[in-house]
Amino acid sequence: MQGEQMESDVAMPRRQPIRWHIAVFLAPAVLVYTAIMILPLGGTLFLSFYKEVQGVEVFVGLDNFRTLFGNERWAADFWNALKNNVIFFIIHMLVQNPIGVALAALLSIPKLRFAGFYRTAIFLPTLLSFVIVGFIWKLILSPIWGVTPYLLSLVELKFLFAPWLGKPGSALIAVSLISVWQYVGIPMMLIYAALLNIPDEVLEAAECDGITGWSQFWKIKLPLILPSIGIISILTFVGNFNAFDLIYTVQGALAGPDGSTDILGTLLYRTFFGFQLQLGDRTMGATIATVMFLIILAGVSLYLFGIQRRMRRYQF
Amino acid sequence: MANARISRTRLTFVHVALIIYTIIALFPVVLTIMNSFKTRNDIFRSPLTPPLPSTFSLTGYNTVLGQGDFIGYFQNSLIVTVASIFCVLLFGAMAAFALSEYRFRGNLLMGLYLALGIMIPIRLGTIGILQEMVALNLVNTLVSLVLVYTAQGLPLAVFILSEFMRTVSDDLKSAGRIDGLSEYAIFFRLVLPLVRPAMATVAVFTMIPIWNDLWFPLILAPGEKTKTVTLGAQTFIGQFVTDWNAVLSALSLAIFPVLVLYVLFSRQLIRGITAGAVK
Repeated sequence: MQGEQMESDVAMPRRQPIRWHIAVFLAPAVLVYTAIMILPLGGTLFLSFYKEVQGVEVFVGLDNFRTLFGNERWAADFWNALKNNVIFFIIHMLVQNPIGVALAALLSIPKLRFAGFYRTAIFLPTLLSFVIVGFIWKLILSPIWGVTPYLLSLVELKFLFAPWLGKPGSALIAVSLISVWQYVGIPMMLIYAALLNIPDEVLEAAECDGITGWSQFWKIKLPLILPSIGIISILTFVGNFNAFDLIYTVQGALAGPDGSTDILGTLLYRTFFGFQLQLGDRTMGATIATVMFLIILAGVSLYLFGIQRRMRRYQF
Repeated sequence: MANARISRTRLTFVHVALIIYTIIALFPVVLTIMNSFKTRNDIFRSPLTPPLPSTFSLTGYNTVLGQGDFIGYFQNSLIVTVASIFCVLLFGAMAAFALSEYRFRGNLLMGLYLALGIMIPIRLGTIGILQEMVALNLVNTLVSLVLVYTAQGLPLAVFILSEFMRTVSDDLKSAGRIDGLSEYAIFFRLVLPLVRPAMATVAVFTMIPIWNDLWFPLILAPGEKTKTVTLGAQTFIGQFVTDWNAVLSALSLAIFPVLVLYVLFSRQLIRGITAGAVK
């Protein structure tokens, strides 16, 4: 049978009625992907239009969304989580990505010694799990251990120390910076690769025109790596609006103190599974997941259709 | 010529900046490992000194290995990760081959359908996944995790591998067909060996998020017998918060395999991320 297929494939590639091998090659991936990813996602979106009344699921239209956005108890939690999530994202964009670009720019200096070592070392935290990272920083920032106050005292800044993770005003910033510390490696690597891909002729031409150093970076290299900056921005966006592990590890499911580090991921977890005395609520959980889906979809579409299309690509 | 461009002082600044950031990146990890080998008193009295013969202690490791079933957690993580990577690579390569090799109706649509999952995180469907696993009676089994991680890893794998398979020469495949190889033999014997470097990249990309994931083990397999290292460390440390020796040792044990793998594979990993740009 296989021989037959092969022969006719060669002889008349497009007139063969059914090429079973294509189906065989596609089947496992498509089945697993559809069954474990697409159907449950669809089911979750679907569930957000239902409410459980005495064990039976009843269609309620957009009621769950009305509750989430308008009901006193739900809305306060939701808007708080959304606001924190936006701040979480902004801190990543303002700190993680510029530092990543700067490190990449330094690393890409031609014939820099030890570049391989720096690259390897700086990328290491990215590989650790949030659980490890979360606990390590919890210990380091803990007033009990005293490592941070000691280090600050070396630079005469001890008065700045406070239990940052425990204060509502600073906890979100502290957690965001921990996440930045862990993930700086990703923008660094992607930008680094983009910088290395700029052909030498372009840079030499710039030098002939007297454009070197800083102005070369701003005027020549930065425009050329803009597409990569777009990619790291959308990766950061998706990652941040779907984050959970780090906050759960450092601040617990309640995302304390006082909900000040609560983001959409932790809110979804608490809503769906319940915590302490509150029972889990499947349909409201599905509603929050749907909102997260729409936010991520909006961001990705904006990137794909709004930003990526307009970006000029340079062909070398 | 390249070096002449940059003055010596400038270069010194560059190195100082990079060294400072390297210290920031490594300090927390080194601090944890260092203190895990010290006595409780010295952890607090002098956290910044390395363990000396007088302050050396393995109390923490004894507690961890005595109390938590870390060996079991490692086994679970290893089984889940290896099985998932195997499925992702095999299924992903097969689908990538179908999409890149044959022209058929719906090819582009199928490619887009599979690519959806690159941007949309699988976590958003957790509620549906849990329902499904309950219905299939797979809660608290490693199979449920393998299935989820396979689905999670497939989109990117198909995308990367099909890009690579387009570069495999058509002459080679035609020669195979003339020699009477079946389409399956062409895939397994001719194409797969040629895309091995891409498979390695995909394997590393797939491995890291699986090994480190907390969300799905917490939700699908929180039982003692199916705990992964990440979840095991999380619950263990939660119980022993005040026992600093034990916490630091548990963290070091969790870091260790990642560190070893990274030292072994860092070149390949970095080359994968930068897609051949590293010279």
